[in-house]
Amino acid sequence: MSLSDSLISFRNSFISPRFVQNSAGQFFSSGHTNNWAVLVCTSRFWFNYRHVANTLSVYRSVKRLGIPDSHIVLMLADDMACNHRNPKPATVFSHKNMELNVYGDDVEVDYRGYEVTVENFLRVLTGRLPPSTPRSKRLLSDDRSNILIYLTGHGGNGFLKFQDSEEISNVELADAFEQMWQKRRYNELLFIIDTCQGASMYERFYSPNIMALASSQVGEDSLSHQPDLAIGVHLMDRYTFYLLEFLEDIHPSSKTNMNDLFKVCPRSLCVSTPGHRTDLFLRNPESVLITDFFGSVRKVEITTEPKFSIHQSYSDSDP
Amino acid sequence: MAAHRCRYLACLLLLFLSVILVTMSQETTLGHEQHELVIRPLHSGDIYASFQFRTVWETDFMKGNKVSHYRLFPKSLGQVISKFSVRELHISFTQGYWRTMQWGQPFIPSPPGAELWVWFQDSVTDVDATWKELTNVLSGIFCASLNFIDSTNTLQPSASFKPLGIGNGTTDHRFLRYATLPREIVCTENLTPWKKLLPCGSKAGLAVLLKSEKLFHSSFHSQSVHIRPVCQDRQCKSSSWELRQALNVVFDLHTSGQSKREWSLFKMFSRTLTEACPLASSSKIYIDVTDNPQEEQFELSPATPLLSQAVVLGDRRTFSVYDLTQQVTFGTVRSLNLMIRWKSSEGDMLRPLLHAERYVTGYGLQTGEIHTLMYNNHPFRSFPVLLLDSVPWYLRLYIHTLKVISKGKDNNPSYIHYQPSKDRERPHLLEMLLQLPPHSVTEVTVQFERALLKWTEYTPDPNHGFYVGSSVISSLVPSTVAMETNITMEQPLFSSFFPCKEESSYFARVYTEPLLVNLPTPDFSMPYNVICLTCTVVAVGYGSLYNLLTRSFQVEEPNPGLAKRIANVIRRMRGVPPL
Repeated sequence: MSLSDSLISFRNSFISPRFVQNSAGQFFSSGHTNNWAVLVCTSRFWFNYRHVANTLSVYRSVKRLGIPDSHIVLMLADDMACNHRNPKPATVFSHKNMELNVYGDDVEVDYRGYEVTVENFLRVLTGRLPPSTPRSKRLLSDDRSNILIYLTGHGGNGFLKFQDSEEISNVELADAFEQMWQKRRYNELLFIIDTCQGASMYERFYSPNIMALASSQVGEDSLSHQPDLAIGVHLMDRYTFYLLEFLEDIHPSSKTNMNDLFKVCPRSLCVSTPGHRTDLFLRNPESVLITDFFGSVRKVEITTEPKFSIHQSYSDSDP
Repeated sequence: MAAHRCRYLACLLLLFLSVILVTMSQETTLGHEQHELVIRPLHSGDIYASFQFRTVWETDFMKGNKVSHYRLFPKSLGQVISKFSVRELHISFTQGYWRTMQWGQPFIPSPPGAELWVWFQDSVTDVDATWKELTNVLSGIFCASLNFIDSTNTLQPSASFKPLGIGNGTTDHRFLRYATLPREIVCTENLTPWKKLLPCGSKAGLAVLLKSEKLFHSSFHSQSVHIRPVCQDRQCKSSSWELRQALNVVFDLHTSGQSKREWSLFKMFSRTLTEACPLASSSKIYIDVTDNPQEEQFELSPATPLLSQAVVLGDRRTFSVYDLTQQVTFGTVRSLNLMIRWKSSEGDMLRPLLHAERYVTGYGLQTGEIHTLMYNNHPFRSFPVLLLDSVPWYLRLYIHTLKVISKGKDNNPSYIHYQPSKDRERPHLLEMLLQLPPHSVTEVTVQFERALLKWTEYTPDPNHGFYVGSSVISSLVPSTVAMETNITMEQPLFSSFFPCKEESSYFARVYTEPLLVNLPTPDFSMPYNVICLTCTVVAVGYGSLYNLLTRSFQVEEPNPGLAKRIANVIRRMRGVPPL
């Protein structure tokens, strides 16, 4: 028996086929191969600083867990970092006393200012953009993509306000997701919304494989977390603040699942009651990892046996 | 047999060596890199820092060659140039307004907001469609809303924006497009892709100093990209592509929280320098010490023996030079932190010869008047200026009220190019060549009327106002010393941006302030109010009328008292008719 053969049998004794089967089963349970994120802040004006901070903290977590800028479509309706009212330019803070700068040094905003409109948002989702749109502004997902969609701003019962001048209704959003499903633009979709009466926005969804979370029920307001006296505005909304705290503990190999995400902001902390909807989702939320949507975890395929022997291939080609 | 094999091996070795030599020589001719930082202390206590990163690439796009090997030149820009047949591209993003009277002239001027001007090559058939696609691609590269550039804010200036590179093609202004977006903001999301275009990125060399938290906490910040073809040598037989990335920033003494007047690299950028970018053939820092010949105004540390003189902006200036490619510059601590400490605050600033102002007068929301003032501060020489004014279509200019007055008398322009606007299609374009008399103020006034926009054309925050882009004043200003006209001599980057054709004057471009004009804005809550009011009136009016017409009245028995009701119950039980 040659050295290589003995090594192989030694290795095989440690990795049993059953172990490989189980880990492979876990890896391939979600069936997605790439991750995308569409993060939208719909509010304009300085006093809506917290909405931009909400979106940027989700952006930061998503980037930290591995989704690259090319797979993130970030839409910010107004500029807070370089706003002339900002006492610390080029920063957006999420915690008071300026503890955490969620804007950072390496940020790419794809849609900013007046570009954040209902039409552009729906065009990004459905992929019907003019041909000269650059790649960084497109959602180039396929039927094996898991997409995270995060919306924040001011909303009401059945609508979300864009920039104080127009609104998107829950019916429009549900139809956009149905278009995405019919065009096979997603494998699974996680929809998170942090606005007043956010649960009304997911009431009308009817496409399969969508899981939705909202920060408050119909009839309730989502409240903001804490003001910073130096900056002069409220820095974050409560739901996203506790969501950020929860996500800071997640790392690319963590096994936390969606049930923990549903418990993120209980009524005692959030004042409003967060809601969620999983009836359209095929898998059990317990088996869905957080990193399935928030991170970009690459799947590794482990083979059990080598197909050929290295020693043999070299011995054939001696001149 | 063995000799055969030896010869075979020798041939192989020779071939291998020659391949290596060829590739090495090819690499060295593929381009070179120069980095520079100029620090100019300003009279008001502020400090002006200007970075320039220049990449020269010896390749020829113009003959339609397909280029696939990119080394120093960024691939994203190279592909843009070849796909859209661009001859020259100039784009700048600026936050703040350059105050010429307090700060002098900048090395590379730029207007507030975003400015983009492009010269296309002669081979382009549909310039407008190519322009639209180019702006969309650039908006993706620089994370800016350049896709808002359309026909309503694009101009074709006939004389103001001549090519800055070699002009061996036509200078037909049909191939020039110019647009500004005065509302465009600059923030870290624009700086990040800009830094990624540099060969060393922001990891080594001067670009290490570019930290957004300090750069945006300033009075003025401008970053720009300029691409143009330049001559390789004096005979100009072949051309190469030059990419210049410039970043100008003016730090304010008071907002940076200092009491005494002392500047250092660490105070300005919160970083010090430890090495030069290894890909740069030259990496230098120039400190302007012209006003400080005997060190009586300020003290510079660490001291440097290198001194250089350059003629820039019409004046001969002296600079202390720090060469970052020499290890000795960094000293024993292996880091360079330049410090400038002031001893006395005496001395006057040289008054700039040309500066301009612009403002709107008038009251109400119907009419107004735009005033542009141009100052010639030269005591005895007059010089010509080219004024480019572009006004959006919703401010309807009355060109018959255009007046140009210098020193109380009418000043007739020797060249006027006026293109009237077309509603929702193109803006007003006014270009005039004026001679400014010495030591005078020239005032250009024109009246306008504000238009009422359709309700979908208003921005989400219409009460902020609408911006009118800066006027551009280009001129050949007389210089006090002879300018350098030899283009191929080794010159520092800051003095070689604008080409110099004659010795007695230098090219200067001054931008005025953008204007913020209020348009008559409707009350957007009115549709809701009207619907509520109308529905209420209709409901009350129609409802009452309907009731009046269709209601029929019946006589009803009054309700009997309790005693009667009990009596009726007893009578019913007895079978007797009720009362």
